[in-house]
Amino acid sequence: MSKANHSTIEELQARLTGVGYIADEALVMALHLALRLGRPLLLEGEAGVGKTEVAKALARMLDARMIRLQCYEGLDANAAIYEWNYQRQLLAIKAHELDESADQTEERIFSERYLLRRPLLEAISQETPPVLLIDEIDRADEEFEAYLLEILSDFQVSVPELGTIRATSIPQVILTANGTRDLSDALRRRCLYAFVEFPEPKRELQILKARIPTVGDDLAAQVVRFIAGLRREDLEKKPGIAETLDWVAALVDLNVSALTDDPDALRSSLVCLLKTEADAKAVTPEVLARLADRAA
Amino acid sequence: MAKETSRETTGRLQAGFLAQRMVDFVAHLRLNDFAVGPAETASALAVLGQVDACAPQDVRLGLKTLLAGRQEEWERFDDLFEAYWHRRGRTRQRQNAAGHGVTRKGRPKVWQNHLPSSEEGDAGRPEARTGDDAGVSDKDTARLAASRQEALAKTDLRHIVDPEELAEAERLAGRLARALRDRLSRRYRLASRGPRLDLRRTTRRNLAHGGDPIELVWRRRPERPMRIVVLLDVSGSMQQYSRFFLQFVKGLVCSWVEADAYLFHTRLIRVTDAMRDKDPLRAMTRLGLMTQGYGGGTRIGGSLRSFNDRYAKSALGSRSVVIVLSDGYDTGEPAELARELQRLRRKARRVVWLNPLLGWRDYAPVARGMAAALPHLDCFASAHTLEALAAVEDQFVRL
Repeated sequence: MSKANHSTIEELQARLTGVGYIADEALVMALHLALRLGRPLLLEGEAGVGKTEVAKALARMLDARMIRLQCYEGLDANAAIYEWNYQRQLLAIKAHELDESADQTEERIFSERYLLRRPLLEAISQETPPVLLIDEIDRADEEFEAYLLEILSDFQVSVPELGTIRATSIPQVILTANGTRDLSDALRRRCLYAFVEFPEPKRELQILKARIPTVGDDLAAQVVRFIAGLRREDLEKKPGIAETLDWVAALVDLNVSALTDDPDALRSSLVCLLKTEADAKAVTPEVLARLADRAA
Repeated sequence: MAKETSRETTGRLQAGFLAQRMVDFVAHLRLNDFAVGPAETASALAVLGQVDACAPQDVRLGLKTLLAGRQEEWERFDDLFEAYWHRRGRTRQRQNAAGHGVTRKGRPKVWQNHLPSSEEGDAGRPEARTGDDAGVSDKDTARLAASRQEALAKTDLRHIVDPEELAEAERLAGRLARALRDRLSRRYRLASRGPRLDLRRTTRRNLAHGGDPIELVWRRRPERPMRIVVLLDVSGSMQQYSRFFLQFVKGLVCSWVEADAYLFHTRLIRVTDAMRDKDPLRAMTRLGLMTQGYGGGTRIGGSLRSFNDRYAKSALGSRSVVIVLSDGYDTGEPAELARELQRLRRKARRVVWLNPLLGWRDYAPVARGMAAALPHLDCFASAHTLEALAAVEDQFVRL
């Protein structure tokens, strides 16, 4: 397959780094196999570890289009695969009601012209294989999961009025989940799997420097240690990579060069990291001072 | 040892040997509760073709990506891989510990107080039978009215001592759960029919077209199945009741997709998957292993706390009903219980506490724990008879 034109794992890792994604070994291996074997990859892990970002990076790396299906409770085939454009159909019926028989009208309005392609159908009808991101699959209902399974194994969609639409290209599929509901074994077995954890401090430092080059070395190192400490605290919502990046941007903006410099600025910048009231309360000035001291 | 033999043989034999080793490895994972089958063996060989087979690290990561399918498996994989390919002897130990020998000899002791002992017949039988009569469950409600069963339904569960009656009551509890499921799911199906045209909005939107419905407005009722989360107290004081409750919980969990079950005594364990295990004997063994250390006091507050910390975020939602089955005798701090219940209630739609002692004539919730819990419950009901247990349905109807 042309899209898998890396010969070694190191090469893949380098290409990912090239598009700004710094991945650990397990994830690189998972992506390597997903590309080589053409299988979907299921990524699990806490919110904020960069699962969605993997798909984006992959699309950048392959220079492919990324099509995203955001799952939610109640998501159904109509919203995910295709829908008829009812307005246009009705207009067509009205416009031709005098000069067409009912059969002709039916044939006309149930043709591809009136079909609205939703992400899944869109993904399999691309000329060049896209990256299909099925985000937070665990939010969708089990019925939908079963439906998805069928599409992922056959890469074809049957529309009752049109017949079967076969894939013109097989997308590279990335699924993400963060444990809202347990997924079926059937789906898990279809996919390769990687559990994505918060990055090691070393890797987070690399990410930080790659994303915000203006940050000073000292501050970056302190931030990474501080965040690692904060994630060990008993929080409802542990800060993810995106939060770390936001926070660093805020610190740079506030002219903070070391975490122990200005306790007030530090305190006010925490809004970037702590996203629930309970968490904001849990990190008291004392806890904050302790974490900052240890990080310095 | 593997390498020496393979070096001596021809390439084809090597491949055959590797395939055989891979089959064994997959079997080894399966014995350790991985959901993997023969198809994975073939894929595993394909994976080996894509990684540097001389780099053990790559082989391990590659197989891990393929064969682990969930977080627990992901975390245990490295150990199991080591144990199998490097033979550190851990495999054997693990298998024994996982009870593949134990199963045959009988249930672990800790569980015998809760489940029919082997003298009362094969433990698997009631389960197997309930599975077979799934089609009959429509008549469950009617069956409940049969005289002997009616009498049973009204008897305080702790007075049932006759082994036959015990088995019958347990089956009833299981059927009750399924009947509950059936009635509720019917209601849900009716409610969720759609999508429908929203005529009012359609007409309004199309006033400009002279009222002809050109732009249609659709209405869809969001599909929101109810979710049941059961927390069952299996501490010493609940002994006489928990075997029935366990059947009830099992009935709920096995027939209701959106159900989640936990047992607690001094700590809390999630048992949904173990209860859904299709092999009843293995299910019992898994449950038995999970409840090791049982028999001490009850730490309800602490158990709720671990539920809130570990599971609540994913287990609960706005359509969740939490059922706590417990007598409320808590050896922990009442304040902790109250606090954790409060947290629980914020995340769940309703919190129902079923207490078998409540049906006793002179019982007042005097246990300190229970008294602390009361203000934070949506419903506090008795569950000393099967009939009382059946009344739990009302709690769902009010959702």
